Amino acid sequence: MSDQNLYERYHRQIILPEFGEEGQRKLLKAKVLVIGAGGLGCPALQYLVAAGIGTIGIVDDDTVALNNLHRQVLYSVNDIGSSKAERAAKILQGLNPEIEIIAYDERLNNQNAVILFDEYDIVIDGTDNFSTRYMINDACVLLNKPLVYGAISQFEGQVSVFRNKNEEDVNYRDIFPDPPKDGEVLNCAEAGVMGVLPGIIGTMMANETIKLITGIGEPLIDQLFTYNALNNQVYQLILSSRKETRSLIPKDEKEFLKIDYEWLCAAPVQQNEIDSNTFNSLILNGNIDVIDVRELHEVPSVNEFNHIRIPLAQLADNSSSIKSENVIAFCQSGKRSLQAAKILSGIFGDTKKVYSLRGGIVQWKQDRTKQPV
Amino acid sequence: MSVKIILFGKLADIAGGSVSVDNVADTDSLINVLHKDHPEFTKTKYLIAVDKQVIKENTVLNKKSTVALLPPFSGG
Repeated sequence: MSDQNLYERYHRQIILPEFGEEGQRKLLKAKVLVIGAGGLGCPALQYLVAAGIGTIGIVDDDTVALNNLHRQVLYSVNDIGSSKAERAAKILQGLNPEIEIIAYDERLNNQNAVILFDEYDIVIDGTDNFSTRYMINDACVLLNKPLVYGAISQFEGQVSVFRNKNEEDVNYRDIFPDPPKDGEVLNCAEAGVMGVLPGIIGTMMANETIKLITGIGEPLIDQLFTYNALNNQVYQLILSSRKETRSLIPKDEKEFLKIDYEWLCAAPVQQNEIDSNTFNSLILNGNIDVIDVRELHEVPSVNEFNHIRIPLAQLADNSSSIKSENVIAFCQSGKRSLQAAKILSGIFGDTKKVYSLRGGIVQWKQDRTKQPV
Repeated sequence: MSVKIILFGKLADIAGGSVSVDNVADTDSLINVLHKDHPEFTKTKYLIAVDKQVIKENTVLNKKSTVALLPPFSGG
């Protein structure tokens, strides 16, 4: 591509005095790895690609689903079922054919994290679960990679930049030292998310990345920016590093490779979890009470089988309404129903058999569409 | 003495939006009162910031202090 073309494509940012040709050159030389091509990853990618980051890697092992489209506006209905990393790379290459975009259609794990991070200058965390977030944080600290962090829940978002240049630099574990256990914090699938919110937060992540690379402005280093989409409240917290944090991060690559991040965040394995097939046969057997422990307003609604609705918080007080010898609790994703099963087992002891539907009603409905009932 | 308290995410949902606590000298006593009033708070992790500065240990509060409690988010 000719210099004239380059100049024209990026003209409106090159003429910014702070940015200039120098800033553009820095972007074109930069290599950025975006983990997660979902709510946060899509808008971040769109602006990074448009701005002319020279090399962009996209890591995601997920496929596009219909319920992604209200917030992951890079995709369209024709992409449903396709690899997010590959679709995103293809679509974005159309936006800017002059840069290199590499799709990694794989799940990030300890092994590939070390290899991948080594090849990039900056890592962007747009993932949707704590185990991957802590793994990314620890790997970035170990490998001295700057990390642009963003996370969302319902109507609220957080953004920060962890420089990871030296030991005193703040990282995610200085804010939240240990991962919450599974089910302690609801994810977007359970709690819901306003579609525009990741657009705002993901775009801010792209902005922070561009500032880091070009050296302009003041990136959110040592700060945690929070935004509330309902009332437009912005709150910026000042962070500082803790001595104790260093002991939480693996000493070296060898130790990092040994950590089971999934396990760190996982709830203990439960014996009484059942899959959709077992669920269906237990219902057919009868002598069973099925309880929806979601809040009353939660969807999808269920009319495929008889059940009663007792939200988790009211379960203990209403356990007397459960009469049958067998009880199955279900919720959206299978997390709250595990808690429900624990509560009910505590109440009923050996007098009743209590189960929890693994994967929740969402999984059950998916399984149902796969096979005729 | 009543300090201003800002709650984020799940904590705001649990408390029904906002909370007000009177006569607390430091963050430890504030947290004790909040945990007593809202036992659900004990089930979640959160950071504590006084006047926007994230704190690591018990911190004295004055009547102009603003305390923010913010849980981690995982969504993306």
